[in-house]
Amino acid sequence: MRIEFKILRRDSAETAAWWQGICFETEDENATVASALRKINEAGNLVDTEGRTVKKILWENSCLQKKCGACAMVINGKPRLACDSFLRNYQKKGRGKITLEPLRKFPVIADLMVDRSILFENLKQMQLWSREEVHLTEKQRETAYDASRCLQCGCCLEICPNYLPGESFFGAAGFVPAARLIASLEGEEKQKLQKAYREHVFAGCGKSLACADICPAGIEVERLLVRSNAVAVWKKSLF
Amino acid sequence: MDCVNIIGAGLAGLSAAMTLAKRNIRCRLVSVQSSERAQSVLAEGGINGALDTMGESDDVRFHMEDTLKAGVYLADPEAVRGLAEHAPEVIRMLRDLGVPFNTLENGEIRLRNFGGQKKKRTAYAKSSTGKIIMSAMIDAVRRYEAESRILRMPHHEFLKLALASSAAGTGERICSGAVVRDVWTGEVEVLPGPVILAVGGMNGMFPGMTTGTTANSGDAVAAVFRQGVRLGNMEMIQYHPTTFGIADKRCLVTEAARGEGGRLFIERNGGRWYFMEEKYPEQGNLASRDVISRQMYFVMHDPSCGGQVYLDLTELGKEIWQQRLPDLRKELIHYLALDPAKSPIPVEPGIHYFMGGIEVDVGHQTNIRGLLAAGECCCQYHGANRLGGNSMLGALYGGRVAADSVAEQVMEGIREETAGSEKVGSMNEELRGEEKGNAGEISPELVRQIAVILGDSLGIVRKGEALEEARISLEKLLPQCNNERERNRVYLAQAMVISAELRRESRGAHYRSDYPETEAAMARQTWAEWTSEGVMVQFRQN
Ligand SMILES: Cc1cc2nc3c(=O)[nH]c(=O)nc-3n(C[C@H](O)[C@H](O)[C@H](O)COP(=O)(O)OP(=O)(O)OC[C@H]3O[C@@H](n4cnc5c(N)ncnc54)[C@H](O)[C@@H]3O)c2cc1C
Ligand code: SF4
Ligand code: SF4
Ligand code: FES
Repeated sequence: MRIEFKILRRDSAETAAWWQGICFETEDENATVASALRKINEAGNLVDTEGRTVKKILWENSCLQKKCGACAMVINGKPRLACDSFLRNYQKKGRGKITLEPLRKFPVIADLMVDRSILFENLKQMQLWSREEVHLTEKQRETAYDASRCLQCGCCLEICPNYLPGESFFGAAGFVPAARLIASLEGEEKQKLQKAYREHVFAGCGKSLACADICPAGIEVERLLVRSNAVAVWKKSLF
Repeated sequence: MDCVNIIGAGLAGLSAAMTLAKRNIRCRLVSVQSSERAQSVLAEGGINGALDTMGESDDVRFHMEDTLKAGVYLADPEAVRGLAEHAPEVIRMLRDLGVPFNTLENGEIRLRNFGGQKKKRTAYAKSSTGKIIMSAMIDAVRRYEAESRILRMPHHEFLKLALASSAAGTGERICSGAVVRDVWTGEVEVLPGPVILAVGGMNGMFPGMTTGTTANSGDAVAAVFRQGVRLGNMEMIQYHPTTFGIADKRCLVTEAARGEGGRLFIERNGGRWYFMEEKYPEQGNLASRDVISRQMYFVMHDPSCGGQVYLDLTELGKEIWQQRLPDLRKELIHYLALDPAKSPIPVEPGIHYFMGGIEVDVGHQTNIRGLLAAGECCCQYHGANRLGGNSMLGALYGGRVAADSVAEQVMEGIREETAGSEKVGSMNEELRGEEKGNAGEISPELVRQIAVILGDSLGIVRKGEALEEARISLEKLLPQCNNERERNRVYLAQAMVISAELRRESRGAHYRSDYPETEAAMARQTWAEWTSEGVMVQFRQN
C-alpha cells in the first residue's frame, strides 16, 4: 500500500511550523504509523514529495505495542497512539492519506515531539503517595489495577473540552491515576488527596466523557470517575 | 553537596533512587524517556519470591536452588542467596505501596506457576504485573521528588563516564561523574558524583528481533565498555519460546499462559504432537526457557513436522481469562485476530533478555570504583539462563543493593580521592567540547548490518564457523565507522560474538551444535574487556 503522509514539522518551539509531504510504501499488512515513521527515519536519504532531502522526523516511541504511551500524536485529527494506528485502516484500494501533528495541548519540542512534563507535575500536586502501608479491599484492588494502567499519554487531555494548559483542571490523566489510592489512604494523606481531587478534578470536569472514548488503554474512565467522586465529594464509599 | 547519579528510570533505577532517598542521600534520576516509557512497564507474568502462601512448603532455599540450576551454575551463589532471601520482603514492600497483587481468599498474595520452578512462587497482578508495579514505584519516588531528595532529569541521555585518576597516585581510574546530553536541546553536561547505571538490556543491537524496547539501545553499555568497564557473559541471550511478530518487533505471550495450563504442540502425522510433554514428562510446558526454545527450534526444523509451533490455551477456564490473563487475551485478539480461548495461537522463539552485561560484584560494583550497575544492564543473578519472574526481582533488589553500596562504601572514598581535584573542573570543559563536536548518531545502515551479523550468528543454535565469520565481518565494519558511537557499537557486538566463540560448550541459553555438551571446567563467566588492541575475552580465573 502507498500512504502519503502530511506531517506538521517544526525545528523548535521558537520557529514556525510547516506541512511536509512524505510518501511511504509497504507490503506489510500490519504496518502502523509508528513502524512507518521508524522506516522513514531509517532511510539513508529521506526525501519529501517535492523530491527535497529533508531531516529526520523527531518523535517519541518505545514499546511499539501500546503499553508505554510514548508515541501519542494527532493522527488525521484524532489523538492516538502511532503504534496502535494500522495503515490498513487509512487506505482504500492500497492508497491513503494520513496527517500527523503533535499533541496540541503540550509545548512542542520539535516536529511530533512534545513536552508532557505537566502530566507528572500535576500528579506531584495531587500527592498521590502514602507514608503508611496501604491496605486494599477486594474492590479497591480492582480499581487500583485499572487506575495503574494509565499510560500518561495525554490523549485524554487533547480531546477534553475543559482541559487548558496552565489552568487548574487536571483531566483524566490526573483523576485516573488518583483512583489508585483515593479510597485507601488514611488520615491527613486522604484529606489532602481528596481535597486536591475536588479542586483539580471535580470542580472542572463537565463529565462529557470524551476522554473515555479516546483512551487508548481502554480504561473504564467513567467507572473510576464515579467512584472517586463518591469518596472524595459525596463521602460515600462505592468500594 | 554529594549527589549520586542514577542513569535509567525503570525498576532498577527507581529502586535505587527510592533507597537513597530513604537514607536521605540526594540523587539525580537521569533517563532519556520518562519512567512510564521504560521497558519495565512491559513485564507481564510476575515477580518471584518464596512467600509460601500456596501450602507447598516453599522455601528461600528452593528459590535459590532453582535460580542457580536454571542458570546452569554460572551465577554467583552468594548473590543469588541475597536475591532469594530478600525476595519476599521486596514483594511485601510493593504490596505496602498499594500494588494490587492477585490474592487468595485469606487475603494473602496468590502465587502462580512459572517455568523452571517446582513450586508456585510468582506473585502477579493479572497479566500486566510490570505496569502495575511501575505505577506504584513511580508514585512512591515522586514523593521524594517533591521533597527534593530525588532530582529528575528526564530527556537526558548518558554519553559516557567522567573518569579521574586516583589522588593516591596509584594510576587507578575512578568514576567521578556522568556525561549526559539533553536530547531536547543538545546541551552536554557533566554530573559529578558516583554513577549507578540502570539502562536496561541491549535490545537496540537486535532491532525487530526482541520483545523489549530498542529505546534501550545498548549504547550506554558500549560507551563504558570502551572506557574500560568489564562485561560478563555477553554470549548469554535469552530466547523466549512464545512470541509473535508485530510491526517492527516481537510481542510476548507471557509464560504465565503456560503456568496457567497452556500447552505447546506442533503438527505431525496429521495429529498434534505435544513435544514438550513427551520429551520432558516432569516439567513439560514449564521447562526453563532455554530448553523449550531449543526444542522448538528442533521440531520446527524437523521435516516430519508441520513447521509451525502452536500454543493451545483453549482449555483455560473462564476465571483464568477474567482474573489472571485478561490483558493477554485482549492483546492476542487485537494483534492476531485470534481468540486464544477458542483457537491455538502460532508462536516462535524471540530474543527476550540479556543475562550478560556489565560485570558486577555482590554489592553491584563494577571494576571501576565509583561506578555501579543494576537491572538488566548488569550481569548478575541469572547465569546462563534467567528464570521468568526473576528479572523484575533482580532489578528491584539489585537497585537497592547498588544504592546501599554507594551509601556505605563508595561515597566516602570517591569524595576523598576526587574532591577538590582541579582536574575534575578542567576535565569537564574538555569533555563538553569533545561531546558537542561529536554528538555521534549511529547510521541506520550500520545498525542493520550489525543486527544481521548478530542475528545470523547468535541464534538459538550456534556454531564455531558462523561465529568466526561474524567476528571477521564485524572487524570489517570498523574502518567504515564515522564516529566513536558507531565504533562502540561494533565493539559491543564483537564482545558478544567473541564470548560465544570462546565458550566451546553448551550451557543454558548458549547452545553450540559443534560443542553440545556442558563442560564442568567452563562453569565460569566469560569476561570481555576493551584494550587498545581491541576486544579481549577470557574466562574468569576464579
Ligand atoms: C514483554 C516483556 C515481558 C517481561 N515480563 C517479565 C516478567 O513477567 N517478570 C520479570 O521478572 N521480568 C519480565 N521482563 C523483564 C523485565 O521487565 C526487565 O528485565 C526489567 O524490567 C528491566 O528493568 P531495568 O530497570 O533494568 O530496565 P528498563 O525498565 O528497561 O529501564 C531502562 C531505563 O534506562 C533508560 N536509558 C536507556 N539508555 C539510556 C541512556 N543512554 N541514557 C539515559 N537513560 C537511558 C531508559 O529510558 C529507561 O528509563 C519482561 C520483559 C519484556 C520485554
Ligand atoms: S469527562 Fe469530559 S471534562 Fe471530564 S476529563 Fe473527561 S473529557 Fe474532560
Ligand atoms: S487516562 Fe487514558 S488517555 Fe488519559 S493519559 Fe491515561 S491512558 Fe492516556
Ligand atoms: S510506542 Fe509505546 S505506546 Fe506506542
